[in-house]
Amino acid sequence: MDFSLSEEQAMLKESVVQYIDKSYGFEERMEVVESDAPYSSAKWQEFAELGWLSLPFSADDDGFDGGAVELMLIMQELGRGLVIEPYLAAVVLAGGCIKRSTNLPLRQKLLPAIMSGESIPALAYAERNSRYNLNHVAVTAAKDGEDFVISGEKFVVFNGATADQIVVATRTSGEVADRDGITLFCVSADAEGVSVKGFRTVDGSHAAHIEFSEVRVNASMAVSEIDQGLAMLEAVILDATLAVSAEAVGIMDALTTKTIEYTKSRQQFGVPLSSFQALQHRMVDMFMELEQSRSLLLRAAIKLDENDDEAAAAIAALKYYIGTAGRKLGEEAVQLHGGMGVTNELDVAHLFKRLTVIDTLFGNSDYQLSRYTRLS
Amino acid sequence: MNVNFSAEELAFQEEVRTFFAQEYPQDILERRRNGALPARDDYIRGQQALYDKGWAGINWPVEYGGTGWSATRKYIFYNEFAAANCPTIIPFGLSMVGPVIYTYGSEEQKERFLPDILSSKVWWCQGYSEPGAGSDLASLKTRADLDGDEYVINGTKTWTTLAQHADWMFLLARTNSDVARKQEGISFLLVKMDTPGISVTPIITLDGDHEINQVFFDNVRIPVNQLVGEEGKGWTYGKVLLTHERANIAGVAVSKQRLESLKSRLSVYREQGQAPADLDAFKRKISEIEIQLSALEYTELRTLASVATGKAPGPESSILKIKGTEMQQAIDNLFFELSAYGAIPNLREQYEAGYSGDVIDDDGASLTALRYFNYRKASIYGGSNEIQKNIIAKAVLRV
Repeated sequence: MDFSLSEEQAMLKESVVQYIDKSYGFEERMEVVESDAPYSSAKWQEFAELGWLSLPFSADDDGFDGGAVELMLIMQELGRGLVIEPYLAAVVLAGGCIKRSTNLPLRQKLLPAIMSGESIPALAYAERNSRYNLNHVAVTAAKDGEDFVISGEKFVVFNGATADQIVVATRTSGEVADRDGITLFCVSADAEGVSVKGFRTVDGSHAAHIEFSEVRVNASMAVSEIDQGLAMLEAVILDATLAVSAEAVGIMDALTTKTIEYTKSRQQFGVPLSSFQALQHRMVDMFMELEQSRSLLLRAAIKLDENDDEAAAAIAALKYYIGTAGRKLGEEAVQLHGGMGVTNELDVAHLFKRLTVIDTLFGNSDYQLSRYTRLS
Repeated sequence: MNVNFSAEELAFQEEVRTFFAQEYPQDILERRRNGALPARDDYIRGQQALYDKGWAGINWPVEYGGTGWSATRKYIFYNEFAAANCPTIIPFGLSMVGPVIYTYGSEEQKERFLPDILSSKVWWCQGYSEPGAGSDLASLKTRADLDGDEYVINGTKTWTTLAQHADWMFLLARTNSDVARKQEGISFLLVKMDTPGISVTPIITLDGDHEINQVFFDNVRIPVNQLVGEEGKGWTYGKVLLTHERANIAGVAVSKQRLESLKSRLSVYREQGQAPADLDAFKRKISEIEIQLSALEYTELRTLASVATGKAPGPESSILKIKGTEMQQAIDNLFFELSAYGAIPNLREQYEAGYSGDVIDDDGASLTALRYFNYRKASIYGGSNEIQKNIIAKAVLRV
């Protein structure tokens, strides 16, 4: 039994911690959020130089061969630093599909550009009526000779407006909620028939609804096997669910620390707020929920790395817990900051908003509890 | 024991319903149905329609132009008002400063201020909180020093809701520092917002809205006839104001309306083909909140019944604000959760008056996270729920 990090893992963590502390200030982040740019391209290039963009890719593809624990380590810090760049969208989601592809020419074409920071792709999986069900795919791809013709709308595609390549989940056969008949294709964002409606998201990031109107792709651009794409999509979403849960734990950690600091510094009734026992107990509750979440995170990461049969259930359990305990913790952090907590000025509000949005990603706590019940 | 309305009350209910269906500005309600956020003008026109009908002073005595309604009539009115989905009544004039002026003001002040408050000609804001005085309001530092027949005001007020629209402010300021208890020596003053020396700076809330402000006072001179009641008694008046409007403090009527609207949204999603299993699970969550809301409604009715029979409100009335804000926030959360990915886009501007760009979202889903974020304020303002619990512990449990 050993929860300590390997030397390499410790180095990775240290490098991310240092970068966030020294080079990713909140004010600088807010400048980007308030500008027209969805993220900082300069920062993205730094991520490439630090090797973060190569982290989850296999050594065979010239990647860093990082697993779930490495992903957890980096995402916790990206959460704590409220990093706005589309690491989840490009590297974990779209990159996660491409790295699993058996389509070697496609992998060789796309992965080097992702790792160098040149290509920043997106994954279009959700639809207006899909809620969190990955098998609910109504966007169709009809076979036409050597091509497929894609039609339909994808909903809330993270990094969708600025991606150069879009991996899209389509239905190549069967009915709308069937598990078979789903195929993932890689579509160039400037292909004819792709129209993108970009928008800001409530947590300061960017996403888009993407309409495909008879978009023609060659069969060689299939990322998954024809009709068998759901397994790939599910595996990618498991990684991504672990990733956002780790991000959430980083945020919960920051919120707990900041709340304790604030109540120590804020004087009311002639004493610091932190001297009131009613508030002390609530901060102890925050701390306990943070540590319980961290434990479920470690458990899920270890099981995912070990390819354990229980990995999917462990991730559902983790995301359920992050959804309930995390959201409660976020609300408490805002409440204990009083009026200051509801202003856009403090990082607390932005941490709270991101934590709230994370509950919505890949299934909220209700969805995950049902999923856990089914899997366990 | 019964909760039935009398024939006369049922007739009144019908009259209120007809008013909202016919006389109230229908264009405002129409835009609200499409999810629009009310503009300044919508609030004013809505309130003026109530005034024209003689219904602006819901809680006011008849002698000052109020309705003189019984508790039951108020209850009926608020339910119909909420069911019609009207923009909220801005409380600062009609519910807050108006009652203080008719209770403690001079005859001259009553004549000068009450008609314009009742007819919503003048927009008021509230100057209570300060950067260093939130929960501990009595430690406020804004000073009003007497100089001849004027007060000179210096200090900063914060969280001032809609001060950018306001013509007047009522505020608490310290007129005497040499006092035994800090609650003494505070006075209740009325200030015109265009008086030289006042500046208003926006505070942007976490949902990106400009609703609250900081208001700075730099040697602001006001005549002494803008002091309400006695100098140094402002704390007492201010407290009366905070507990004045029991009839609607829990916001039950609005919560009921929003729960109904949530249910119809659920049906729409079902018709659109969203996974029935997920939606069925969601129905249980609505039921949970509905049960809690039923409890709160009856707690409110018990309070109303006490008042209606001439008794003081019972101890149960103390929980209305806490439970009411918890219900509001729980319903905001349900809207957010029902919207799933639809809550993530920030498309607020599409719902603001005068928007003419692309419409990306048309069912209001993209407002749900923003509303949830914004309403975290409900358990903080007007005395945070922690302070409310302190008050209940002291005043009701006597511990």
